[in-house]
Amino acid sequence: MGTHVLDDWRGLSLDELLRHCRDLVEDPDYPTVRRWREAGGKVVGHFEVYFPEEIVSAAGLLPVKIHGAPIEARQGDAHFGSNLCSIVKTSLELALSGRLELEMFVSHPICDTARNLAAVWGRNVSYPCEILYLPQNATSRHAATYLRGEYQRLQRGVEEIAGRTVSDDDLHRAIAVYNENRRLLRRLYEIKRETPWLLQVDEAYVLMALGGRIPREEHNLLLTAIIPMLEQRGTAPQDRMRIVFEGGFCEQPPLDLLTTIAQSSYVVDDDLLIGLRWLSEDVATDGDPLANLATAYLDHSSYSPVQHDDRKPKEEMLLRRIRESGAGAAIISAAKMCEPGLDEQVPYVRALEAEGIPYFVNEFEENMTSFDSLQIQLETFIENVLFADAEV
Amino acid sequence: MDNDTSPTVAPQATLDSSELVGRGNREGNRLFKEWYGRVSSGPERGEKAAYVFVMGSAAELLESFGFNLVLPEINGLQTAVRHVAEDYIDQAEGYGYATDVCGYVKADVGMQLRGGEHPMGRIPPPDLALQTNVCNTYIKWGEIWERLYHIPVVTLDIPGSRAAGRLPGRGHVDYENDLAYVRGQVDELVEVCEQVSGRRFDQDRLVQAMTYANSMTRDWVRVLELNKSRPAVFNAVTDGTVYLGAVNALRGRVEGADYFRDVVEELEYKAARGLGTPFEERHRLAFVGVPCYPIYRKFSEMFTQHGGIFVGSSYTWFASGGWSTGYEYDLAHPLDSLAEGLLVTGRVAMDTMFHVDRVLADLTEPYGIDGIVFHAIKSCRTVSSGLADSRRAVLEQADVNALLLDSDHMDPRVVAEAGMRNRVDAFFEGLETRRLLAGARS
Repeated sequence: MGTHVLDDWRGLSLDELLRHCRDLVEDPDYPTVRRWREAGGKVVGHFEVYFPEEIVSAAGLLPVKIHGAPIEARQGDAHFGSNLCSIVKTSLELALSGRLELEMFVSHPICDTARNLAAVWGRNVSYPCEILYLPQNATSRHAATYLRGEYQRLQRGVEEIAGRTVSDDDLHRAIAVYNENRRLLRRLYEIKRETPWLLQVDEAYVLMALGGRIPREEHNLLLTAIIPMLEQRGTAPQDRMRIVFEGGFCEQPPLDLLTTIAQSSYVVDDDLLIGLRWLSEDVATDGDPLANLATAYLDHSSYSPVQHDDRKPKEEMLLRRIRESGAGAAIISAAKMCEPGLDEQVPYVRALEAEGIPYFVNEFEENMTSFDSLQIQLETFIENVLFADAEV
Repeated sequence: MDNDTSPTVAPQATLDSSELVGRGNREGNRLFKEWYGRVSSGPERGEKAAYVFVMGSAAELLESFGFNLVLPEINGLQTAVRHVAEDYIDQAEGYGYATDVCGYVKADVGMQLRGGEHPMGRIPPPDLALQTNVCNTYIKWGEIWERLYHIPVVTLDIPGSRAAGRLPGRGHVDYENDLAYVRGQVDELVEVCEQVSGRRFDQDRLVQAMTYANSMTRDWVRVLELNKSRPAVFNAVTDGTVYLGAVNALRGRVEGADYFRDVVEELEYKAARGLGTPFEERHRLAFVGVPCYPIYRKFSEMFTQHGGIFVGSSYTWFASGGWSTGYEYDLAHPLDSLAEGLLVTGRVAMDTMFHVDRVLADLTEPYGIDGIVFHAIKSCRTVSSGLADSRRAVLEQADVNALLLDSDHMDPRVVAEAGMRNRVDAFFEGLETRRLLAGARS
């Protein structure tokens, strides 16, 4: 592996490690990315939800997942209209304020605002900004071939930035690294699902999110070290409700909001930063690497309100997530002004009602700072559910 | 749009002015009502309804299968213009849709919950729905019908420009990749149409519809071009919206081709004689966005009372599905050409929203634009998200005044009329000052 961007973390206790990761994830100055750049590395920023980081990594560049930040969008605000989600404004702010320096920015047609984001970004910086057109007709017989071509187009752009070509072997090696990362993240979520008292939702979140701002090889080393520490954690189980959190596929709730939820329940599964866990299985490390990545995106992947796929009706996928995680209730959330998220709340709620699964609906914004009201509402919700269960 | 071609018009001595002037609006409204009547009574004749959107409707293909086209965006704006949108929106919000969801979507949900009851007739439920990704909300909207009616809902995915000005053409590897994808989806759409309609694909019928569509396209380009005339021969927001109704509802039909031939005749007549709109033209304006339908007439008057005439409108580009680009079908290869038309026009429709600054900069001089009005609406993030930034970009490139307004195209609760009027008045004060300064300089 080349550049290390983390301070030496070996020898730290589990709590110290978790705190260190949280500090890095909450730092809007992206210290790990700065360190990468100081060592002469180049950076490709990509917006939510999914991005084939393997293509960027194979070229020796650092892919950085951009998902807003808990900052004031002093410059970003002026470039957007009102009635828009916060994430596009704070993401742009990261670039305009110089906190996050890039060689290339890629957005996706996940929603109408995100498509505009690429255009706005491109009008205000000097480096290439573009849209990666992930297919929205996922069940078309032609989608995989198209997506392979689209990935090839992306690869050409990345090669130009890197100043070198990317071979199939480079891609196979990158895919292998990411397969290992996917395996480790799946293990992290297994711990959360099977022994949620060992790993809170906010802790799992920072461990996962850090991967979006450091080389994945280094993330693998960190996770490989920390997972056994979690497994041996001495935390005792408590009588808490098992809950699924849905609504974190794009803009992220503040970490303090997740901490608040963790104080009264076990979040056993969620869609937070689902793009980092989009591919649900290993990708083949032989044959045509771009075709393998394209097929994995379409056929072996998770779900979100911003991908239309007849094979994955979102409410059925949510019910499956609840069943498979053994959850007894769901928090159905959406970022303020997020139209796809708000649209999806309607079928989610109807499906949960039909199944008799208790749910709690709310909206969040990445910059919110007060959680007292949420805590009271959530505790009341949980007490009501427990009380109703006791009556039965 | 070809900005280098000024209209050249020969006076036509034999035409009667009272018959010609205003005919486009009168006929447009008549044909529109007739179309709603045909759609409403379709089920009585055993005809099936295809729900489509104004961008990427594939109207020619659906027409060839005998579907009646239902255009939910037009249904929505009709409720707003007729001041009943709030009733429908309320109903959808009661059903669970949030206040921040698109007003068009909610008006449609309200209408579906009422069994199709609509001010223009009774809209039949869909037998088939087709949506493109040109607006992402289309896809979420289609999912609603999928859940309500369990009908085939087809997504036609049209890759747009990857970056401003990056428009590869025929022969380029990226263009061919996009085209092959759209072409494949067209074949899949044909299969679904055959299943739902119970008819086999009829190439002759498609070619017939495409022939009418080509005629409409040529005339639509000519209509837009004719507004380079001074004074402008039509108001691109008000008259333009009437024309847009016909562009979308009558696409691929003989009535549509005849209608636009007549509109061109009328506007050429006006151009040749120096006839403008009914209002004094002191300032030539461009409009960007979607009109404010809840106060449609008053919104227009805010500008005309100051002598502001909209000579161009981005609405006439993207809401015509990008047909303003002038793409004409190759009738010898109908399905190939349909796919290419969908790709090219879909891309243009998207570019005229996401990269509208580039189009505006090119438009300013040939159309003699003094000012640009950006109308951001809460409902539509596709059109509105980038307007503030586009405005900044245009002001750096072109010598014009610009105004940015915030309201909605559907929900009257979001429209603050008095505040808008104040800002419009101030905008015209600026335009008048600019005019005085220009006069002093010359």
